[in-house]
Amino acid sequence: MIEDLTRSFHIAVKDLREYYMKPGSISWGILFPFVFALAFMIRRGGLTEWLAPGMISLALFFGSTSMSAMSIVFERRMGSFERLLLFPVSYVCIALGKALSSFLLGVISVVPVFLLAQIVLQVPPAHPLLLVISAILGAFASSTFGVLLSFLVKQPEQVMVVFNLVRFPMMFLSDIIIPISSMPQYLIPIVLALPLTYMTESIRFSYTGTYDVVPPALSFAVTLIIGLVCLILASITIKRSKP
Amino acid sequence: MDEPNNCAISVDKLTKVYDGFLAVDHISFCVREGEIFGFLGPNGAGKTTTVRMLVGLTRITEGNARICGYDVVKDYKRVRQVFGVVPDVSNLYFELTSYQNLLFSARMYGLPRDLADRRARELLRFFGFGKMKDRKFKALSRGLRRRLAIAAALIHEPRVLFLDEPTSGLDVVSRRILWSKLKELNRAGITIFLTTHNVYEAFHTADRIAVINKGKIVTIGSPRDLSKKFGFQEVIEVGFQPRNPKKEEIMRSVKGVLAVRAKGGHLEIITSDSLAALEGLARFARERGLIPSMLMLRGADAEELFLRIISEAK
Repeated sequence: MIEDLTRSFHIAVKDLREYYMKPGSISWGILFPFVFALAFMIRRGGLTEWLAPGMISLALFFGSTSMSAMSIVFERRMGSFERLLLFPVSYVCIALGKALSSFLLGVISVVPVFLLAQIVLQVPPAHPLLLVISAILGAFASSTFGVLLSFLVKQPEQVMVVFNLVRFPMMFLSDIIIPISSMPQYLIPIVLALPLTYMTESIRFSYTGTYDVVPPALSFAVTLIIGLVCLILASITIKRSKP
Repeated sequence: MDEPNNCAISVDKLTKVYDGFLAVDHISFCVREGEIFGFLGPNGAGKTTTVRMLVGLTRITEGNARICGYDVVKDYKRVRQVFGVVPDVSNLYFELTSYQNLLFSARMYGLPRDLADRRARELLRFFGFGKMKDRKFKALSRGLRRRLAIAAALIHEPRVLFLDEPTSGLDVVSRRILWSKLKELNRAGITIFLTTHNVYEAFHTADRIAVINKGKIVTIGSPRDLSKKFGFQEVIEVGFQPRNPKKEEIMRSVKGVLAVRAKGGHLEIITSDSLAALEGLARFARERGLIPSMLMLRGADAEELFLRIISEAK
């Protein structure tokens, strides 16, 4: 167990060295959420207290999914992903290693958005410790979701297209920009089926002390469960990817 | 098959079916400890699929295989500690230096930091990296990339090394350096499983060769045994004036001729009985008023032997 965790850490460090400067990681993982938050600040007359947690959640989601898309696509195309399959490690260890580097990029990408929100709003988070926990859980769920999605796409070159096809609708349906409570009833089942909804609700509660629809205990628990389920599914997908 | 305890790799009725296509058909063989074993076959014969099954990159449809006593499926974690794999493409990490690439491999095999560092430095020295150890993989020449890929496969001191087309795309100098290093490793006790379609390389380096075609093992033996077994030892190279006769004409009229093929401006006559063929050729030429412009007798080369083995299998 400890050995596998150590090796996941080595995979993550290697990925950060190899891919953190790649355009896909920087543009989609760090620049996009920051510019998006900036745009809202300018266009809507300021980053509101309601929008700020959504922007943090968005940064986490994009930051945590971009690195895995980048590294897995590149390695599958170059054949270097098979190197990982030749090491004496479990499939969960490989999936976790891939998720860990994405997790770190997600956490990094939150910092500028959080600082921007602090500068504009000048309101401290309602529950700072919970905010850290919700960010960690959110980054974990997003990164394992990203790893799973990267392996589900058969053609590596289509990964970014598929990622954005999934990420953008989620962005508008997950309580980030539009409150769930003001959405039409027929959309609610879809909204509640999206992982990003629970992540945003947990961050919203930690940041503002209020939530829209999902109670905090549930949003934290579901975010954790989504992370674990995606991790297990990703490792099964890696195993099944063998011809 | 040899006694199992003498086999570094033992394969028993290994089979792979892809969507109804039989890629590897119940093959069985043993690779002895400490030998260089050439696995030879034309493209699509099933070489790569066999190796991928052995190292766990492709699922086995039927049969089983053991490497150093470990079942390749049931003991998948332990078996990975005893072999190293060098794929046909040097697929290390581009942004990492030579040293970092080796260090990463070492840590993934569970070597502690100080041992990983020592092994990485030893291998970089052994493969002649010198100042190149801090150069990124993407900046290395093809020959150095190949050497680094081999070094990465050796980092955990495996007992068996799988090499897939190790010298493909390398120049003569790089090829020679690489083979001198590989032979040195083999003398140190590492069993080498060499997959190649380069017949010369297999015949000049391997202790034993298995020829695979259409998913089946056609024959196994030392290069010398295969030459004897297939009774295919000589080639007469001959050219005639004013013209070379048709191949079919020679096949029909000259005794002891197994095959004829045109090469450049002359003919290569493959024979199992060179004296009879030479006598027949002299008579053949006299009767038709042909004057030999060149005549040479030589031993059949590896490629010709390989073609013969494959054609007999058909």
